[in-house]
Amino acid sequence: MDIGIDLGSRALKMAVFDGDELLECRMVESGFTPHQQAEELLKGLKPHRVIATGYGRHLAHKNFASGVITEIKAHSLGARYFFPQAMTILDVGGQDSKVITLNREGKVVNFQMNDKCAAGTGRFLEIMAASLGYTLAEFGPMALSSDHEAPINSMCTVFAESEVISLKNHGVPAADIARALHLAVVSRLVGMVRRMEESATLVFTGGVARNPAIVSLLQERLGVEVFVPSLPEHAGAVGAALHARTL
Amino acid sequence: MQDFEVKAYPEMWHELNMDVERFDKARQMLGGAYTKIFLSQANRPQKMAYFDEMISEIFGGRVKELMQAKKEGRPVVGTFCVYIPEEIVVAANGICVGLCGGSPGSIPDAEKILPRNICPMVKSAFGFKAGRICPYFQVVDFVYGETTCDAKKKTWEILDRLVPTYVMEIPQMKKERDRTLWLEEVKDFKAKIEAVSGKTISSEQLAEAIKILNGKRQALQRLTKLRAANPAPISGKDALLIEQIAFYDEPVRFAAKVNELCDELDARAAKGEGILPKSALRVMVSGTPMALPNWKIHNLVESAGAVIVNEESCIGTRYFKDLITEGSLDMEKQLAALTDRYMRIDCSCFTPNDERVTQVLKEYKDSAAQGIIHYSLQFCHTYNIEEIKIREACQREGIPYLSIESDYSPDDVGQLQTRIEAFLEQVEG
Repeated sequence: MDIGIDLGSRALKMAVFDGDELLECRMVESGFTPHQQAEELLKGLKPHRVIATGYGRHLAHKNFASGVITEIKAHSLGARYFFPQAMTILDVGGQDSKVITLNREGKVVNFQMNDKCAAGTGRFLEIMAASLGYTLAEFGPMALSSDHEAPINSMCTVFAESEVISLKNHGVPAADIARALHLAVVSRLVGMVRRMEESATLVFTGGVARNPAIVSLLQERLGVEVFVPSLPEHAGAVGAALHARTL
Repeated sequence: MQDFEVKAYPEMWHELNMDVERFDKARQMLGGAYTKIFLSQANRPQKMAYFDEMISEIFGGRVKELMQAKKEGRPVVGTFCVYIPEEIVVAANGICVGLCGGSPGSIPDAEKILPRNICPMVKSAFGFKAGRICPYFQVVDFVYGETTCDAKKKTWEILDRLVPTYVMEIPQMKKERDRTLWLEEVKDFKAKIEAVSGKTISSEQLAEAIKILNGKRQALQRLTKLRAANPAPISGKDALLIEQIAFYDEPVRFAAKVNELCDELDARAAKGEGILPKSALRVMVSGTPMALPNWKIHNLVESAGAVIVNEESCIGTRYFKDLITEGSLDMEKQLAALTDRYMRIDCSCFTPNDERVTQVLKEYKDSAAQGIIHYSLQFCHTYNIEEIKIREACQREGIPYLSIESDYSPDDVGQLQTRIEAFLEQVEG
């Protein structure tokens, strides 16, 4: 049994493999002491190896994991597990967004990550949904229900929040504002993808890939086919577990 | 290792009109960071002891020497750039000293006056003077400024209110008329130094100064060559530290100490000994200068288990790769030779500047590196844009490449660590 564990900024994800078979995936919130949360997740399991990835990887390595790989490598391996032909991968998590280009053999040849601020990530969407009084699960479908574009220019969470307040007070419907916020995120992601090598398809991983409005707008604006794994938020953990198997 | 501290000289600092209380905190922080980043390394060459001592005495011993020199009427010039004809200063028995400009601590002082969205090095330097927290700034006769970028060029006008700032015009192209301009500027600078020291520079003095600085540059070239060995005999952090100290130490003593270290490294290389095992990934850094105590990238890369084997940077090979032809005692010929040497500097302020791309590829091969990290300070437009050409060249040559843009603040360290580790995974294949 090999385990991959992804200690992300918002959630902990775990993937358990027995040989080639993905036995199960688990997810909990990161909380204040992520490595202890992670140890809770592992309780009762007797893995051969545990490989950690994500922001908490080094802390996990100090405490229980046998090795670490970066999120870049983990998502590359994970994306290939779900889509063996994947060449370009977009991962949008709680705090980071990244684009990764692979060669035919699946090795990373190029990657990009957002800078230090969380603009254009899951955290941005989460805060914006809250500012409109919706849950994250409601937020994407709501954006899809609008076809009207209200302008949101700012990607900074603080400034975007003031823009939202201003739009609300001009009587702009919530669905239009939601769509505008999603578009703002997508335009930033499109910018990142366009800086990389061209590809006709894109594998989209990370928790934000669960958002139907982001997926649909991304497909529309990029003009490429976007593939989302069945367990997008677990791609990193799956990749880490697959790496464990090669050791 | 626990005994290390950057030594305090509060009385001397008072004499220099510094903000002593605040500066003392910075001193303690520097000592702590140095212990953690440098003294914790295993297998360090013994001859690093001298450079440890230079850091320990950075706010004391060396400053005393400068104060003494001033009492003797020797000119002391503060600088920020490799584009200063140091030979002229040394010929007048003067001292060139690199000023503080590598720390986030002084940036709030600068932002009281300067715009926020300019280069952190310029802001940091300005803040060190504005806050009176750099002894070197307090001791200099004047600051030497140049026109290598817009942020510096316009900041000199404001800095001049706090400390006399003399500005030389650096050409932006390399045509014959640009060389003529630079030669004229060199002559003006010589007149300026002669005015400050009250003595005329003789051709014998200039010949001696050229020899001294060539000696210092050759010592640094030797160190760079030794780093090509696998395993690398010295860490990138230590080599960068030496390149940083090169800007404020006494040149003859410094060259001798670097050569002593190189003798030790020679012996290490002969025995196949290194700072890390042979399998450690070898990375070269290219781009903007890392002023002391900016050890951010080196610390991240080496903490991830790789070793940095070259700095293609102003605080790095750009400072010492070119020498001045020696042998002439004709002042006109000497100044022409000096001008030629400085015109070979491949600073990104020049356009076009394709020789830098060639140089980066050459140093990559010479240093036996396995990947290049391009480092650019935030808002350093010329290096940031020139990065495109370096990246294209690396793609063409199949060189693993990562570009980092960062400032002095620690808040992007998490992301940078991930990016650097992912890059190392990529190099490893």
